[in-house]
Amino acid sequence: MAKRPISFTLNGTETGIFVNEGQNLLEALRREAGDLSPKFGCGQGTCGACTILIDGAPHLGCLTLAEAAQGRSIETTSGLADGPDLHPLQRAFMEGFAAQCGFCTSGMLMAAKALLVTNPHPTRDEVIEAISGNLCRCTGYEPIVDAILDAAIRLQGRVA
Amino acid sequence: MTIHHGRGFACINYPIGMNLGGDPAQALVHSTPDGKFMVTLSAIDLGQGMKSVTRQIAAEALGVPIEDVYVDTADSDTGPHDMGSFASRGTHRVGNAVIRAASEARAQMMEAAAEELEVNATDLDTDGLGNIQVKGAPTRSITVAETAIAAQFKQGRTLSGRGIFLIEPSGVDPDTGEMSPVTTYAHAALIVDLCVDDETGEVEVQKINSAYEVGRALNPKLVEQQLIGGAWMGISHALYETTEPYYPDRSHGPNDFNTYLMPGPGEIVPHDIAVLERPAADAPYGGKGPGEMCANPVLPAVANAVYNAVGVRVDKLPITPEKILRGLQANGGARPGPRRPGA
Repeated sequence: MAKRPISFTLNGTETGIFVNEGQNLLEALRREAGDLSPKFGCGQGTCGACTILIDGAPHLGCLTLAEAAQGRSIETTSGLADGPDLHPLQRAFMEGFAAQCGFCTSGMLMAAKALLVTNPHPTRDEVIEAISGNLCRCTGYEPIVDAILDAAIRLQGRVA
Repeated sequence: MTIHHGRGFACINYPIGMNLGGDPAQALVHSTPDGKFMVTLSAIDLGQGMKSVTRQIAAEALGVPIEDVYVDTADSDTGPHDMGSFASRGTHRVGNAVIRAASEARAQMMEAAAEELEVNATDLDTDGLGNIQVKGAPTRSITVAETAIAAQFKQGRTLSGRGIFLIEPSGVDPDTGEMSPVTTYAHAALIVDLCVDDETGEVEVQKINSAYEVGRALNPKLVEQQLIGGAWMGISHALYETTEPYYPDRSHGPNDFNTYLMPGPGEIVPHDIAVLERPAADAPYGGKGPGEMCANPVLPAVANAVYNAVGVRVDKLPITPEKILRGLQANGGARPGPRRPGA
């Protein structure tokens, strides 16, 4: 099967890869673009571990066709930190003990970022709604919700 | 339709590890030439904090800053032997092995420093900041890094240590079958408040109050993190999760996350935790570890609270609305139990 070239912006960098027809974006990002931060959890859109941002909106990488990324801007957890400086969401997760095994964390971070970009001062219920598509097996969710609310305070006056 | 409130209590004595076959754990510690220390383990950190707590324990036993200790885990091909992460054994078993390995490495470090300072090793002490000093004369000192360099390049000496922790395998009394497979227990008591809808059979857990005795909490934030997450697992096991809802018929069983039920972030239960510290004599710096015990007492407490709320005793998990409704039907309706003030 012939591969097709696509190009998009990945965390601010122009990126070109070859993809198979029907290949999903998660696999293309991990295998072709070499970005291992979106995780393969269930492959059917129920766990949220592959959550990425496409033009700022949260999408499930496993349910998105790679070819749909053509010309779009894609953000993953790899792009959150600014050099050695962690993103306020990452700091809040770390200091709030919001990660244990860490498998859900990158999806949680991207779902949280999508929320804080559009809603910088979310209520607790709005945070819960924003991460309701992301499964976590370790934390009981409470430290994650707390960390996202904490990050909203840390980000005050800045864009997420 | 009536919403019935119920309160349930459960307590637990939880054995730390199980030594039917001895349950050993090994650790190796060695210094790098720049005076950092590497702890090599086959114990596994799957998020419970094994690396953090063994790093703390090694730094304490070596007498060096925690920043100068690295922990390498989970390659059973190349690391020293370990039985694994189970039975809440990690902190206790592996921690004890790390203390022994780090103590041996520390003794060698002190010998190497003594040679450099031309004093007796028993006259030396560490300051915990990366220096080794003559007791009572702190200006006569050498850094851990200088000591490691001297040991490596001048003295031809390794700063390393081996540690194993093994509790004697427990024998079985042939007459009585009596045995003592554990040396240390952790304890907890837990209260669950919930309400049951007698029309739908649905349970809403409203509040958990718990008290845990885990020896010394070597890393209080990690202990709290485990207790919060573990209680969530307990609620999930008590009310939601099953792979075989219609056992032995598998055809209606869940086969993905859409049909395998678990509580989500919208079902977070407020949980007040009291951690009681009673350092255990044979535990590393007194720490026993919460482990599996975080989840276990939640299940009987939920079952007891459901019984208290509507008089239905469910003895098969999970406690689904269907089972509660069948129980209500068999009883001819809800039979709320006694309620205590404030419940």
